[in-house]
Amino acid sequence: MIEINLILLFMILSAMIAVGVKDLLSSVVAVGAVGVGLSLAFLVLKAPDLAMLQLVVEILSLIILIRGTIRKDLPFSTSGRWYFNTASTLVFLSIFLAAACFSLKNLVPFADPAMRVSRIYLEEAVKRPGGHNIVGAVTLGFRVLDTLAEAAILFTVVVGVLAVARKISHNKGIQR
Amino acid sequence: MNGQTEKGMSVIVKTVTRLSLGFILLYGVYITLNGHVSPGGGFAGGVIVALSLVHVMLAFGKETALKRLGAGILRFLVSMSAVIFLLIVATSFLGGRIPIDKEIVVPLCEMVIVGGGLFVVFIALVLLSKADKDSE
Repeated sequence: MIEINLILLFMILSAMIAVGVKDLLSSVVAVGAVGVGLSLAFLVLKAPDLAMLQLVVEILSLIILIRGTIRKDLPFSTSGRWYFNTASTLVFLSIFLAAACFSLKNLVPFADPAMRVSRIYLEEAVKRPGGHNIVGAVTLGFRVLDTLAEAAILFTVVVGVLAVARKISHNKGIQR
Repeated sequence: MNGQTEKGMSVIVKTVTRLSLGFILLYGVYITLNGHVSPGGGFAGGVIVALSLVHVMLAFGKETALKRLGAGILRFLVSMSAVIFLLIVATSFLGGRIPIDKEIVVPLCEMVIVGGGLFVVFIALVLLSKADKDSE
């Protein structure tokens, strides 16, 4: 388990750099490093589906972050209400940590499927949907309604953006 | 796509984009269609397809990319995929059967919807960006 600890240390360091550095491009690159670390962690934990998905989504979000936000100025204020901000941050952080302490004790242990539904998934996944990739069999066979909802979200995105962007294109005269 | 237009990046980037676009699209479809035996699936394939479209848009500028894949084609593809997906899920939910190969068609529909959706997010960021509007 030494690899996963090293990767977690790398991710925490990258996240701290991303928060602390003043240049916006360096911050975006550090966020990308966090994503690559997460992808490597999934690979070490033997989940290649998630590792690949995390890698491609991380590339896309890095491009969107650079293209969409890099030219804007970031207002960076250090003066005023410093005590209030610090105190509220500490209070909320302690509340979240206390809640996490209570809730993490009641979690099911790792690699111990306790629920009846997921046990049925494990036993029947190769036989019934007919695929050897169990993740694909679950997401496309047993849980296709989840996939449908996820596709519905992106379909709504497409319809909304096309409805919003049409007016701007008419104003600017771009043929679409 | 003629490489002589001034928009976009340099000639080297445009040439490499023109050569590699088909392979990236093919890799996305491969990831989608082999999702049941190897890592991957509809969502990963869709993200790769969206990345290839974003690649064209970054290299050639937005006019060329939007000319290649206009709003009408995008709306038609995504709507047809959504209708087919909904039809498959609704018929199997109601107990009926329709004579198509679900293991092929459902990931393909998901790939088209995910690819179109993520590409459209990028289009919205580019079109609504204030810096681009000021530079023109």
